[in-house]
Amino acid sequence: MPFVAMQMHNPYLPDAAEVIERIQETQTVFTLRLAFSELEKRKKYSFVPGQFNMVYLHGVGEIPISIVSDPEGPEVMDHAIRVVGRVTQGLSKLKKGDCIGLRGPFGLGWPLAEAKGKDVLVITGGLGCAPIVSVINYINQRRSDFGKLTIFQGVKLPKDLIWRERYEQWLQEPDTEVFLAADKGDPSWPWHVGLVVELFDQININNNTIVMMCGPEGMMRVCIHELSLRKLSDNVIYLSMERNMKCALGHCGHCQYGPHFVCKNGPVFRYDKIKEIFGLKGF
Amino acid sequence: MRRFFLKRENFQELIGFLKSDGYKTIGPKVKDGAIVYDEVHTITDFPLGVQDEQSPGTYKLIGTGNGRWFSWANGPQNLKPILFAPREHLWKATRNEKKKIEFTQVIPESEHIAVIGVRACDLAALALQDQHFLQMEYQDPYYKARRENLFVVAINCTHSAETCFCASTGDGPEVKMGYDLSLVELDNGFIIMSGSDQGEKILNRINLPTATEQQLLSARQQIENAAKKQKRTLSGRNLRNSLFEQLDNPQWQKTAERCLSCGNCTSVCPTCFCHSEHEDVTLDAKETSHYRQWSSCFTQEHSYLHGLVIRADTKMQYRQWLTHKLGSWHEQYGRSGCVGCGRCIAWCPAGIDLTEVAYAICGDANA
Repeated sequence: MPFVAMQMHNPYLPDAAEVIERIQETQTVFTLRLAFSELEKRKKYSFVPGQFNMVYLHGVGEIPISIVSDPEGPEVMDHAIRVVGRVTQGLSKLKKGDCIGLRGPFGLGWPLAEAKGKDVLVITGGLGCAPIVSVINYINQRRSDFGKLTIFQGVKLPKDLIWRERYEQWLQEPDTEVFLAADKGDPSWPWHVGLVVELFDQININNNTIVMMCGPEGMMRVCIHELSLRKLSDNVIYLSMERNMKCALGHCGHCQYGPHFVCKNGPVFRYDKIKEIFGLKGF
Repeated sequence: MRRFFLKRENFQELIGFLKSDGYKTIGPKVKDGAIVYDEVHTITDFPLGVQDEQSPGTYKLIGTGNGRWFSWANGPQNLKPILFAPREHLWKATRNEKKKIEFTQVIPESEHIAVIGVRACDLAALALQDQHFLQMEYQDPYYKARRENLFVVAINCTHSAETCFCASTGDGPEVKMGYDLSLVELDNGFIIMSGSDQGEKILNRINLPTATEQQLLSARQQIENAAKKQKRTLSGRNLRNSLFEQLDNPQWQKTAERCLSCGNCTSVCPTCFCHSEHEDVTLDAKETSHYRQWSSCFTQEHSYLHGLVIRADTKMQYRQWLTHKLGSWHEQYGRSGCVGCGRCIAWCPAGIDLTEVAYAICGDANA
C-alpha cells in the first residue's frame, strides 16, 4: 500500500529552519545559530553532545555539521562551520532570518555516563574543538559529578583559535586545566608554541581518566601513542571521526569506515573498536 | 507445500491473472544482445531457445534450438533497479514569496509489479537489500513503497553460466525463500508452487494437476546438474578476518593494475547499495529537486572529505569493494554481501574474477 509509506516520517526530508544569528569566529570560521521554523518541531527536538545535524542550503546541498551548543537548550542550536567547499561557502553568506533545511540529530555522542566520577582529558585540534565544547560546558555545570578536567587545544596559528574568551574562562573554573598550543606563535600568544602532543609533558595522567578527542587524524594518532606510553587502556579513549556523509541514515554507504557507518555507529567511537583500521591509508 | 504442473501453453493464464490483479508484468526479454527485465505481455515475449555464454569479461547469447524460455543464466540486470531506483527524486524545496522554504517529499506512486523469472541468487540479494533499506535504524520510504507492491515469480536454475558460483555461497541454484510463486522449467511445462498467501490465491484460480513423481524427480535432477556444473567457488565461510589480515597483500596492486575503476561491477551487483545525493535547481532558483542516484566506491567522489580523497587510487578502491563485500558485510548484515551471481565477473571489461582474487588473497581460508 503506497499510502502507508507516505504516513510514516520520512527521514530523508529536511524541516525548514531559520538563522537566528550569525557569528564570525575567525576569518574562515563562523557559527550559525539555528532553530526550526515550526514551534512544535523545536519542542520535540533534543540532542546529546557529539551528535550532528544535516544542514541544507537551498539549491546547493546538504552537509553534516556538529551541534556545539548546550543540550539543555535544544530549541536553538549552534553550528560552527569552516568555509571549505561549495555548501559551506554558501552557508557563510547567510544572514539572520534566512531560511535553510535541517535534519537531525544523528549519530552517537560522547560517553558522558561513562565519564562520571572520572578525570576527563579533552584533546582537540583546529575546529575539532567544536563537537566537544558542549561536553566541557556540561561538565562545568555538573562539576561534582566529574574529577579533574584537562583541556588541550591545538591550532596552526594564533588567529585560528576560536572561543579564546571561553578558554580563558575555563581556566578560572575549579579543578580545571587548560593548555593551548599553536604551531607558530606570535606576540598575542602567551601559551605553548609547538604541537598538541608536546603538552603531555605538562600533565600527569592517572588511570581513572577518560579521554575525548577530536581533530586531524594525524594529531589523534600521536596522542594515542602518548596515552599508550602512559598505560592508558584503549577502551577509555574516545575519538570523533569524520567521513563523507550524504544521507546520515546508514543508507548511502559513503561514510563507511571498515565495518562501521560513521553516521550511525559514530561519529564518536571508542578507540578499541576502530583500532584495527585507525590510521591506515584507504579507510 | 503442494507442487503442481503448469503446461507450457497454460502459462499465458498465469500472466493473465497477474495482469487482472493489477500487476505490471516484468519478465525476461532479449534486448540489445542480452537478457534483460522488461514488460512482458505474452509468452511470446520470453527468450525462446536462447542460452548465454559467459566468462570473465564476456557475455553473449546463442540459440539452443530447444523450446525452453528460461534456459539461460542471469543477464546484467537484477531486481535492484526495480526497487532501489538508479535515480530517485527524494523531495522538492520551494522558496515562497516570504523567502521561506517549503519541503515536499516525493514518494513514488508505486505500481504493483510482478517479476517473472527471478533467480535464487537475486532473491538472496533481495533479502539483503530489504535488510539494508528496511530493517536497520531508518526505513527508506522510497524502497518501501515499491517493495510492498512486488510480486515475485521465481525460477529455479537448470543451467549455470561459467561465471555462476551460487552453489558455493549457499544462495542457489535452488529457490528456497522470498518468493510468491516458484517454478522449475521442464520440456513441456513447469512445476509450480506457492510461497506466500498471494501466490496461493493466484494458484487457486488456475486449475492445475498435481505434479507427478517423475516430473519432480526430473526437476530435482536438473537443479542438481546446474549446481554440479559450477566450477567457480567462493567460500561460504566468513572471510572478514582473513581479508583484513591481508590489507598489504601484493595481490591488491596486481588486481588494481588491471582494474579500470569503471564501476560496472558495482552497477551489476545485486547487493551494492551506495548512492549519492544531488540537486537539480530551476533557472530562477526558486525550486530545487533533491535526487539520489547510484554511486560506486570506484569513484573518488565516494570517499571525498573536504578537499581530501580517502581512496584516491584504484588499489584502495578495489580493496574497499572486496573487503566490504566479502568481509565487513558480515559485521553489518550477518553474512557475506556476495550471492554468487557472477555478474561482476562477466561484466568486468578487464575480466577480473572476484573468486580468483579472493583465493589469491585469502588462500586456504577461502577453501
